Amino acid sequence: MSGIIGTPLFKIIVGLVTVLMFIGLNAILLGYGERKISGFIQRRLGPYAVGPHGIFQMMVDMVKLMTKQLVTPKQADKYLYWAAPLIAFMAVPVLFIAIPFSPTFTVLDVNLGIVLILAFAGLNVLALCIGGWGSNNKWSLLGAARSVSQFIAFEVPILLVALAIAMMTGTLNLSEIVNQQGNFPWQWNIVVQPLAFVIFFVASLAEMNRVPFDLPEGESELTAGYNTEYGGMGFGLFVLAEYTHVVVASSVMTALFLGGWKGPFLPGIWWFLLKMYLLCFIIIWIRWAYPRVRFDQLLNLSWKYLIPAGIINLLATAFLVKLF
Amino acid sequence: MEFWKEDFYSRKFAEKKRDDTIIVNMGPQHPATHGVLRVLVELYGEYIVRSECVLGYLHRMQEKMGEVKTFPQFYPNTGRLDYAHALAWNWAYVGAVEKLAGIEVPERAEYIRVITTELNRISSHLLWWGVYLLDLGAFTPVMYAFEDREILLDILQKITGSRLTYTYFRFGGVFQDIDSKFIEQTKTFCKRMRSRLNLYRDFVTENIIFRKRVEGVGVFSKDLITKYGATGPVARGSGIKYDVRKAEPYGVYDKFDFEIPVEESGDCLARYMVRMKEIEQSLNIIEQALEGLPEGDFRNKKAPKILKPPPGEAYFSVESARGKVGIYVVSDGGLNPYRVKLRSPTYSNLSLLNEASEGMLLADYVATLGSLDLVIPEIDK
Repeated sequence: MSGIIGTPLFKIIVGLVTVLMFIGLNAILLGYGERKISGFIQRRLGPYAVGPHGIFQMMVDMVKLMTKQLVTPKQADKYLYWAAPLIAFMAVPVLFIAIPFSPTFTVLDVNLGIVLILAFAGLNVLALCIGGWGSNNKWSLLGAARSVSQFIAFEVPILLVALAIAMMTGTLNLSEIVNQQGNFPWQWNIVVQPLAFVIFFVASLAEMNRVPFDLPEGESELTAGYNTEYGGMGFGLFVLAEYTHVVVASSVMTALFLGGWKGPFLPGIWWFLLKMYLLCFIIIWIRWAYPRVRFDQLLNLSWKYLIPAGIINLLATAFLVKLF
Repeated sequence: MEFWKEDFYSRKFAEKKRDDTIIVNMGPQHPATHGVLRVLVELYGEYIVRSECVLGYLHRMQEKMGEVKTFPQFYPNTGRLDYAHALAWNWAYVGAVEKLAGIEVPERAEYIRVITTELNRISSHLLWWGVYLLDLGAFTPVMYAFEDREILLDILQKITGSRLTYTYFRFGGVFQDIDSKFIEQTKTFCKRMRSRLNLYRDFVTENIIFRKRVEGVGVFSKDLITKYGATGPVARGSGIKYDVRKAEPYGVYDKFDFEIPVEESGDCLARYMVRMKEIEQSLNIIEQALEGLPEGDFRNKKAPKILKPPPGEAYFSVESARGKVGIYVVSDGGLNPYRVKLRSPTYSNLSLLNEASEGMLLADYVATLGSLDLVIPEIDK
């Protein structure tokens, strides 16, 4: 028995189970947070209705989503249609594997951590694309086309920024990047690389389809975009994946720019979670405060502003790294 | 069989289809069409090649109903035409029949009419403001607008008895008098609304994303406006200074000091600004009317209970939140009107869209459609 516990396989299985629980918990937490924050911003009474402070609303929602009939549109491509939400969700557990929650709480401390996360985050766009195509709905198709071009546009600045951080720290390992930062805010990467943080934040918002960049599902233009035809758990898995991406993006930003688990007094994991949920809160806050941009403006933002800024940032970093 | 072969409009539309485009139905159940409006759109990527509005999903033969009902029986129908600014239609109908039958209206009633109609105009603009931002993808402004509108509806409910489709005006006056509590609440609301307008400006009007979405989008030229006879904020947004309240004053509007906001650029932002400024002007009018409210009857006691106007015809037009509302009534001396013709502003305003939409982006089309402030029952009368 004791021989099994130490093996990598056992560690991976335990890690996966933990990660899945964490994903479910986070979806509930963020769903609840989204309700409460939007209720607070919009001065609504709705989020107070079910249970004290509305805490049972998410359970009711889950029961509703799970018990709904799974309808396949008549002329849809059946396999692609159902593969899409599964693909959207399948990549999600992998994203958490490389995130260093604390020095001891890292599932897999790989050298290419950030590359792994970026690579598997890319699967989401495939899901959106085939979901939109498989639905055999013109609005969904437009949503799919939008999601692909949006993803391509915003993946580039994210990579440029990640590259700049990698150059500065000399590693792609997230734990190592965190280790090189100090306990206090002025020792974090955000002070050295403020432009990179802004680029990364904006581009991640676009990556995970959050307002003001939620164009693949822009409900006023494309009815609901790629998920027009999805109901029940098909839709549920997309939402789960979206919330997980919010958490992952916040985690990566925390590790890259905000010092990860570093902080005084508290144990590391609390600092990490605090910073991560603060970022999640900001992301939700933005959603309820801003209108949606137009699609050409979105692409312009990436190709004309973020990518040049990212390249300048990269060159400046390279120059300074060489200098000192 | 393809579905559009059964549909006359789709078939006609599809006959001219290009090879590299797709035709989509926007509506009747699309979130951005504000009701059961169906728009056939031919899309090249995200660009609109052409569009055509298909009406008739809500046809309720209001004009025919005017002919088979007695004069007072048609009151409620006027409120159902434009549910967002019901009192304007009330006034247009009541005014036309009063003109026809020669019924005098006491001055107090005229003041009450002005106050309630302007309150209703503000509630209509607030509804539009919130829903328009929903079209642009922002959800929070709807809640803010509804919060203010709720107060307004509460005030109006006290004296009219309903919250949306008011039937408050009567031949020769109004249904019931306003009391001191109403006046107090209205004054409080006016004060509150002015501060809320500042919030709206800070929260939305000066938001850069909002600006980028509406500036220079959906431009209607003056020629297009005059060609289709568009009125209201849509015309005033394109630099045409036409407002029935000033051009052909009715009621007691000539006693108040207010301005007609006009913008020159003709884009969505211009129409937006016109409406926001109109809210301010309406507040001015209400405050002046409450100040100068005369004592007296709220309804002409001599107005006949059973109305049989002499043979003849009358036309009366008022300025609603959407433009010029006109009602034309012909009487042959009987209990029913011989003919009722309704002139709805939204119908003319919507006609601009087909020409203006060519080459637009889909997102801009939604923004332009929203900026017209559509109320579909008014189009499909």
